[in-house]
Amino acid sequence: MNGKPAVESGRAAIRFRDPQIEMAHGAGGKASRRLVEGLFAPILFQNAGEFLGDAARVRIDGYALALTTDSFVVKPLRFPGGSIGELAVNGTMNDLAVSGAKGQAMVVTFVLEEGLPTTDLEAEVRAMADAAERSGVAIVGGDTKVVERGKADGMYITTTGIGRFMPQVTVDARSVRAGDKVILSGPIGDHGITILLARGELDLEADLASDTRCILPLVEAMAREAAPGVRWMRDPTRGGVATTLNELARDCGLGIVLSEEEIPMRDEVRGACELLGLDPLHIANEGQFLAVVAPEYADAALNAVNQAEGGEDACIIGEVRSEPACAVLVTTRYGGSRIVDMLVGDPLPRIC
Amino acid sequence: MCLAIPGKIVELDPNAAHLGTVEVAGVRRKVDLGLLEEDMPVAGDWVLIHVGFAMTKISEQDAVEQMNLLQMLGEAEQAMQEVRGYGVDESGEHRRESLRPS
Amino acid sequence: MRYVDEFRDPELITKASEEIYRLADPDRHYRIMEVCGGHTHAIYRFGLKDVLPSNIELIHGPGCPVCVLPMGRIDDGLAVAKDSDVIFAAFGDMMRVPGTHGSPFEHKARGTDVRIVYSPADALQLARKNPEKHVMFFAIGFETTAPSTALTLMRAKVEGIKNFSVFCNHVTIIPAIRAILDSPDMRLDGFIGPGHVSTVIGCRPYEWIARKEGKPVVTSGFEPLDLLQSLVMLLRQLRAGEARVENQYKRVVPWEGNRAALKAMAEVFQLRAYFEWRGLGFISQSALKIRDEYAEWDAEQRFPIPGTRVTDPKAAQCGEVLKGVLKPAQCKLFGNDCTPEHPIGALMVSSEGSCAAYYNYEHRKAAAMVTSISSVA
Repeated sequence: MNGKPAVESGRAAIRFRDPQIEMAHGAGGKASRRLVEGLFAPILFQNAGEFLGDAARVRIDGYALALTTDSFVVKPLRFPGGSIGELAVNGTMNDLAVSGAKGQAMVVTFVLEEGLPTTDLEAEVRAMADAAERSGVAIVGGDTKVVERGKADGMYITTTGIGRFMPQVTVDARSVRAGDKVILSGPIGDHGITILLARGELDLEADLASDTRCILPLVEAMAREAAPGVRWMRDPTRGGVATTLNELARDCGLGIVLSEEEIPMRDEVRGACELLGLDPLHIANEGQFLAVVAPEYADAALNAVNQAEGGEDACIIGEVRSEPACAVLVTTRYGGSRIVDMLVGDPLPRIC
Repeated sequence: MCLAIPGKIVELDPNAAHLGTVEVAGVRRKVDLGLLEEDMPVAGDWVLIHVGFAMTKISEQDAVEQMNLLQMLGEAEQAMQEVRGYGVDESGEHRRESLRPS
Repeated sequence: MRYVDEFRDPELITKASEEIYRLADPDRHYRIMEVCGGHTHAIYRFGLKDVLPSNIELIHGPGCPVCVLPMGRIDDGLAVAKDSDVIFAAFGDMMRVPGTHGSPFEHKARGTDVRIVYSPADALQLARKNPEKHVMFFAIGFETTAPSTALTLMRAKVEGIKNFSVFCNHVTIIPAIRAILDSPDMRLDGFIGPGHVSTVIGCRPYEWIARKEGKPVVTSGFEPLDLLQSLVMLLRQLRAGEARVENQYKRVVPWEGNRAALKAMAEVFQLRAYFEWRGLGFISQSALKIRDEYAEWDAEQRFPIPGTRVTDPKAAQCGEVLKGVLKPAQCKLFGNDCTPEHPIGALMVSSEGSCAAYYNYEHRKAAAMVTSISSVA
């Protein structure tokens, strides 16, 4: 169409061989990765650049903008600490933030289930307006579709956000070096465990709430003090910290070594994970981010986040090393260690 | 077959003799106490939970005893070293500086 | 006491490790089997091999109820559930175990109503809440889990809940240990005995291992200090040339077992004449089936069961790995055709299966290889 050789547009090898789509393909782990890299990327993302990040860099007339989209499918729609609407706005703002961009505008699509009470819809719309105001983004338009009763679990929301890049911040896995420090913004597992409990299938109760929030202020605080030292950022959503860091390890070809006792976690998350046999490192978070920072900037970066509101629990959880290449290792105080892999499918409770 | 963890009974169900609520690090779940009917636990007892059933009561005494044994590991050896320190060990060197002839 | 953190105290772990180094005879190579899959998982999860001397070899035993379940039984269970009015309920551990036509999760994607439950009691609750459907609980597990299934069946009978049944795959641990010891390829010095099975059966059932086979057995807890202390106890016996059963997990395991649990099992179950164990073949008196008094709740009596028998692909060496004769990495399919993402044998699917544990925790550590995560089956 525009002179590009035919082989580039969609003829790259499709490596996705699964005969049908399963829940695992949406869980954020290996199966999801296989789908994206094996089916979507060869056909759609030929021009996306080497690594698929949380947001794309789009050049229009020489000006670079960040563009991202995210869909929200959660059951139940409302849960302690938030709701689907809030997740939708925060999630997209966070994707932009960890790409080094400040979200400016957003469009929203709703897929609504026939029979959804209007009060429920209104509640979500209000939640979105509140979240947008809190994070300083304008919702400027959208689309709505209605599907038959029985589809859409009440509602599905997709948000697409656009933003401008923060000065001096570049996020690139290739700039990560051995010796860099890994910063985590706060306790892990709150969101995933809250949702699991809120579904009611496992009959567990705890005083937990989703950690959903817009982390832009924390990222901005860090950027103000340490922008030149920030190599890479991402928000550990589905698949958890383990999946996100495994992706980084693979993308940069280095190893990431975490210190188990440094990883902040609420007791209730620990307790639920012990009861169900889940690994907290695989549980989704909706209000946290990971940053890899050059060692000479690490203390300043951490300090900046700690001083910012909501960043008090941020800490350094590990560092980048040359070995074990492309893997994430977790060490204990007594010298034991284990490799932590990406999530395979959904985290499953186990009895064994 | 093995994932069983300790939890504290925080409440017995007033309506069902075999049910209780157990708490593990702030997470609560109803458990069936039927396997402990010969020695029913009361609120405050710790039990071992597996697939929603309490398997046994946890003996604090045994746990404390075990911790003590673990603390003492190596102490027998330290005591031996103390004794050896007053003489000469296998390599022929004095172990205690203060006993070396000046 | 919280009974968890105390048993992970790093200083005590170091102390225990030093004691083990002291006790282990440098001229000897110790082969110790941990029977229980939960112990295998704990050893890897806590990186315990890193604090043990290299002349202590830990061999993984067959105590993983998912791993020893023949594929045909999964096929049979799923065949019952193909009926649209049946809910197939099972523990999370079962969901990705491959049957001939896919795992329970894959069946779910094709329309079978498959639900994860944390407890057999939750499965019974599903039956109460879905009176128009039939809930079939696919039961697995050793003696740790069987009493809970038994109690659940007793409750179902008392309440007269008709839309509930159990497809029973419970197995017993002693015949599995016997099969290991009878295996000519196996040379073992001692056993880290099952922890939670022992809360039900007690420690007596292991006495023949010490008396007749001359191997010490220490029933162990699952925290790092438990396992290390058990090794200390085993090494002390081995140094002294002793062979006894000792109970390291005293705070939880009663020597005589749990009478109420054994009673419930006896009320509901009886031993099958024989049962097929994946990798170990047919073993007599090694599995439980539901008594006639509970026939109404026995899925095998209520539904036509195909009785599928599936042989493992020749190249898969699940049996030898299960018996500890081969290390996971020595199986030809390990790491390439068979990975946790696309498992061929159950040892790779179950999180406590030796192959999965080794792959997830150690394989990549040892190899430091560049994994191509985007490679597909």
